[in-house]
Amino acid sequence: MIDWSVVVGSLPDFFAGLKVTLLLLAISLASGLLLSVPLAVARVSPNPWLAKPVWLYTYVIRGTPLLVQLFIIYYGFAQIEFIRESVAWNLFREAWFCAWLAFAINTTAYTTEIIAGALRATPHGEIEAAKSLGMSNFDLYRRILLPSALRRALPQYSNEAVGMMHATAIASTVTLVDLTRVARDVYANHLATVEAFGTVAVFYFVLTFSLIGIFRLAERRWLKHLRPQTDVTPADAVIAK
Amino acid sequence: MILHGYLPAILEGLLTSLQVAVLSLAIACVFGLAGAAAKLSNSRAARMIVDVYTTLIRGIPELALMLMVFYGGQALLNYLVMKAGGEYIEVPAFTAGVLTIGFVFGAYMTETFRGAILAIPKGQMEAALSVGMSRVQVLRRITLPQMIRHAIPGFTNNWLIMIKATALVSIIGLDDMMQRAGLAAAATRQPLDFYLAVAAIYLAITTVSILLLSRVEKRFSLGVRKAEFK
Repeated sequence: MIDWSVVVGSLPDFFAGLKVTLLLLAISLASGLLLSVPLAVARVSPNPWLAKPVWLYTYVIRGTPLLVQLFIIYYGFAQIEFIRESVAWNLFREAWFCAWLAFAINTTAYTTEIIAGALRATPHGEIEAAKSLGMSNFDLYRRILLPSALRRALPQYSNEAVGMMHATAIASTVTLVDLTRVARDVYANHLATVEAFGTVAVFYFVLTFSLIGIFRLAERRWLKHLRPQTDVTPADAVIAK
Repeated sequence: MILHGYLPAILEGLLTSLQVAVLSLAIACVFGLAGAAAKLSNSRAARMIVDVYTTLIRGIPELALMLMVFYGGQALLNYLVMKAGGEYIEVPAFTAGVLTIGFVFGAYMTETFRGAILAIPKGQMEAALSVGMSRVQVLRRITLPQMIRHAIPGFTNNWLIMIKATALVSIIGLDDMMQRAGLAAAATRQPLDFYLAVAAIYLAITTVSILLLSRVEKRFSLGVRKAEFK
């Protein structure tokens, strides 16, 4: 029932699509993570002039579909003459640039909230202790708050990373030939449903579980102190000696 | 003129989007409840089937799944119909969209509902059974009312993700708000106006949803004391 020649014949296309998907994911996640750390610090700041704009940004972005955001950037910005006549137009006419920008803006909003939540969960005593030692605010963030908050954010961030990987499928709507686009093309050329969408499902599936695996390793490394302790009975302790 | 005279057309599209969202939600809840019941049941086969369902769905992007169900479901259905000697059936985009979104988010709801049921102390159900209630009575009087409270945060999250996912149905050709905005943008060459309007409408829907659902949560949490950190 499955025409394997179609699957094998289109594998090179699928691997090319995989490359596009992975590259999009990597640049979006990297820029998103980089931006969200300072934004999260601003988000929890007691200064409303810092906190409120970031709140508004994450609220608007998280309240609207990524597809709409991408269309605003890719199709909408072309309407503004000011952009069309500036140097930036060379960037905004590129689907690659628009997809990266939309994805980065989107994941930054979610990641900012994740890190801000982790920052808020810091035990108060740690801050008091750091202050009593005379640490400056900058040192406090660098040495105490951020290292532990970023660790605490890891499990939730892994969800965001997987979600972002799935969101890259939306890039297929603006002419980028990612995994999903390849599947649609293979379907259109061969009218082979199972071959086209079954193959792409396998690709995404492997990607999802590879990502989850990578984050498991990261958690094992950075959240070592939270791992459930293995039962050590007195007898074991004696033998260990 | 508001939106170059295309406001009524966009609002008509909004109606379609909302219909898709509400119907998908209903389907997702049915799949979610059935899935949760199966995951907590004693039947090994049922647990395995639902495990495969939730794992598969959560491992693949919604858009890819939507295309898969739209094209694949159509092919499968017609294969079966032809075999039975019937005639070719065209599955409407609306049906395909609603079924896909409902099926996909049913997987997420399964996990939410399962967690909510697990959050109810087991002793309560045992106690109810021991005073002679039937399983259905236990479900109606003990499990469901308390489960709602535990399920609301996850449910809210799923609903918000789902309402945003409805924007994707335009890709399989459904005449929703996005589709209408795209047509109007092409006709007027003012895409920014229309996509910004669509974004504002989605933002309004998510805002109202959050407000309403937090009130529901309060209602179902009456009599539950929150932990106070003082």
